[in-house]
Amino acid sequence: MDNKKLNVWDRIRDSDIYFSFIKSPTAIASAIILFIILFCSFFVEFITPYNPFDPSSLSLMDAFTPPSWTEDGVAKFIIGTDGQGRDMLSTILYGSRISLIVGFSAIIFSLVLGVGLGLTAGYFGGKYEMIVMRLTDVQLTVPSILMALLVDGIARGIISREMHDEMAIYVLIFAIGISEWPQFARVSRAATLVEKNKDYVSASTIIGVSNFIIMFKHILPNITRPVLVIGTIGLALAILAESTLSFLGVGVPPTTPSLGTLIRLGNDFLFSGEWWITFFPAIFLVILAFSINLLGDWMRDTLNPKLN
Amino acid sequence: MSFLKIKNLSVDYKMRKETVYAAKNVNIEVNKGEILGLVGESGSGKSTVGNAIINLIDEPGKVSNGSILLGDINIHENSKNIASYRGKKVGLIFQDPQTSLNPIFTIGEQLIETIQTHLSLNTEEAKNKAINLLKEVGIKDADTRFYNYPHQFSGGMRQRVVISLALCCEPELLIADEPTTALDVSIQSQILELIKRLTKERNLAVILITHDMGVIAETTDRVAVMKNGNLVEIGKTKEVLMTPKEIYTKSLVSSVPPTNKKIERFKIIEKENKNQTDTNIKILNRWTKKKIVDQDLVQIKNLSKTFDDSFFTESSKNSVMAVNDVSFNIKEGQSFGLVGESGSGKSTIAKMIVNLFKPTSGDIYFDKVCITKIKNNKEMMKFRKQIQMIFQDPYSSLNGRLKVKDIVSEPIKLHNPSISSKDLDNYIYDLLESVELTQQSADRYPHEFSGGQRQRISIARALATQPRLLVCDEPTSALDVSIQAQILNLLKDLQEQLNLTILFISHDLPVVRQMCDRIAVLKNGKLCEISETEELFKNPSHDYTKELLTLMPKIESIYN
Repeated sequence: MDNKKLNVWDRIRDSDIYFSFIKSPTAIASAIILFIILFCSFFVEFITPYNPFDPSSLSLMDAFTPPSWTEDGVAKFIIGTDGQGRDMLSTILYGSRISLIVGFSAIIFSLVLGVGLGLTAGYFGGKYEMIVMRLTDVQLTVPSILMALLVDGIARGIISREMHDEMAIYVLIFAIGISEWPQFARVSRAATLVEKNKDYVSASTIIGVSNFIIMFKHILPNITRPVLVIGTIGLALAILAESTLSFLGVGVPPTTPSLGTLIRLGNDFLFSGEWWITFFPAIFLVILAFSINLLGDWMRDTLNPKLN
Repeated sequence: MSFLKIKNLSVDYKMRKETVYAAKNVNIEVNKGEILGLVGESGSGKSTVGNAIINLIDEPGKVSNGSILLGDINIHENSKNIASYRGKKVGLIFQDPQTSLNPIFTIGEQLIETIQTHLSLNTEEAKNKAINLLKEVGIKDADTRFYNYPHQFSGGMRQRVVISLALCCEPELLIADEPTTALDVSIQSQILELIKRLTKERNLAVILITHDMGVIAETTDRVAVMKNGNLVEIGKTKEVLMTPKEIYTKSLVSSVPPTNKKIERFKIIEKENKNQTDTNIKILNRWTKKKIVDQDLVQIKNLSKTFDDSFFTESSKNSVMAVNDVSFNIKEGQSFGLVGESGSGKSTIAKMIVNLFKPTSGDIYFDKVCITKIKNNKEMMKFRKQIQMIFQDPYSSLNGRLKVKDIVSEPIKLHNPSISSKDLDNYIYDLLESVELTQQSADRYPHEFSGGQRQRISIARALATQPRLLVCDEPTSALDVSIQAQILNLLKDLQEQLNLTILFISHDLPVVRQMCDRIAVLKNGKLCEISETEELFKNPSHDYTKELLTLMPKIESIYN
């Protein structure tokens, strides 16, 4: 044991996670792709010269311009334009921002809900645990898309028509979040059951630490690994769920299109030959979900103590 | 001409940052008909040597140098050699009989399979051989037991079956890796007797790998002492233990708690923390020292605890009586020992005293107040402060996500919320120094410490609330013997200086003898006897105590 204090960066470089990251080309590649997508999506205003949502900048003359490398392509629209003359690339980046925001928010919502319920269920046990776990069983028998459609349907009934477009994104987050939480609840309950029987928990109990502090200060940091792994994979699922719902027309409104909305809108032109309008958002979605999944796989392999 | 010759054996593990030598230039010879003990602390490479003989070294480790000769064949020369020798000429006994038998086959099937792999016998002949073997290792009704599954045998019986498996192909070399560590004392002595008998009858060469000096003294003819992958000393067991030549062997022998007398302190020759010299109990200044009054600090009256395993039914068929009508008192300032084998309920009693479990019936009085009846949380906090506990497993008893200072400060902040941060820091430093850790330890995480140092952190945490009663649940059974000696010394010093009352729980009789003033012996949740330590060791009254005392492995047996 050396006495010199390590700063945070040295600590990271010294860690096994960093080591296995450097050794895994898949992880590096997917992390780089993900970083580029995230960066471009959130700083899209500064990157693209076009604002597809500003009607004054649009010209219908540009509509249905094919990708720049084809015969009729124009250099300023790299992958072409859609039916209203919007630059596809900018539209996709704006759209992926919506998709990512919805995906992240939904996963955070279900993470808080699922881990909260799973942690308390595992810790307290008894009837409370039984109720929570049976609830997850019931929830898991309902396909998540149906669950989300149900939530959307109810929301349409409650919220007035004018409010609906404004509220759509929150409804979507809630709908996806509520259908994903049982995974988190199950994993965090199982991990809590293991941790709660360890002596450090007994030691805190003997000292007189309250249940709340034991759960959130002692147990929670020790169950983050499995939760993080399913959280990453859940993120990809949430983004896909958002796209599916938007594709079905119950997601975000077309005025602020997400990737799913773009694919749906482009679908109408598929048979008239304008393939790029639906193809590029779709391929973008595949790359996004795929790189998140690969990163999640790597994380699962690295953080799983049994595989080390 | 010795049977097994290990020449210049080196085994190394290529790790991420450096190459670790698990064994370095080890030279060992074993003759037929003798038992060689391989002794060392954890990480000394004793199991590595055993595994190297049969080439069971896991990746990324590999034998980098040296040769192993069995008879006059170099078994590492050709990988075919190893496969045909492993199991046939070399038999193996592992530590845990729970996992070394396949639970879905009867022991008969497992024996026959092993016999037929190596010997060309038909099923009938193999069966006869198997039954004879089972008889030889002392299994009664071998004809019917042959058709039983492993779970139908007790731990000791299962280890006998494992031994019969190791013997079934007439091996000439037997490697026993900690064969009795998972077993209770009474079964341990039977298994060791069996190994001794078989060595003579079958003229085997035996390597017995263990950390227990008592087992070495009672069983082996010669002993090899290992440390950090190096062979420190090898020779006749009697000579090595009585007149050790190397400093390391001396310190190892002197750290073993003697079974025949009580000593004041353990002589420490090599220290874990070299920078610390004397014990320096700094928290004394802060400690509001309670005068020892001649009274019973803890009174336990008719304590019982049942664990109900009936989730669906109301019947109490599945319930287990872990503790059954136990009563005893602990005098203030005394060390009280609770001794028993696994499943005797000693840890359950400890957990009821520290209020982790509620008793099914009976009462616990602390300082004349019945703490089992307290419902109010605030009221309970007063007692939580006064009763603290040290756990067996130093790895699970500290939260790996917190720094040492956060672990130690938690009880201080909880019971004294108004403490200033400067005072808190000083208090933490005082606590750490009292358990012989440096101030710098405060900013580190638990995984940076060894098992013994972690146990010290655990003690510091327990002392933070200035308890009057310290419950020690097997505090040293996960530690090496030299570290154990240091921790026991520390506990003794702390008790003396701080007027602590200690409840010391252990299965290890010699340790209890060194630590305790009075001892209670438990069996299957019932109290067998309570008496003063010396009285108990000299004139045990209960049969079970007598049995335990005669069966425990004694390092002193070497002098006879």
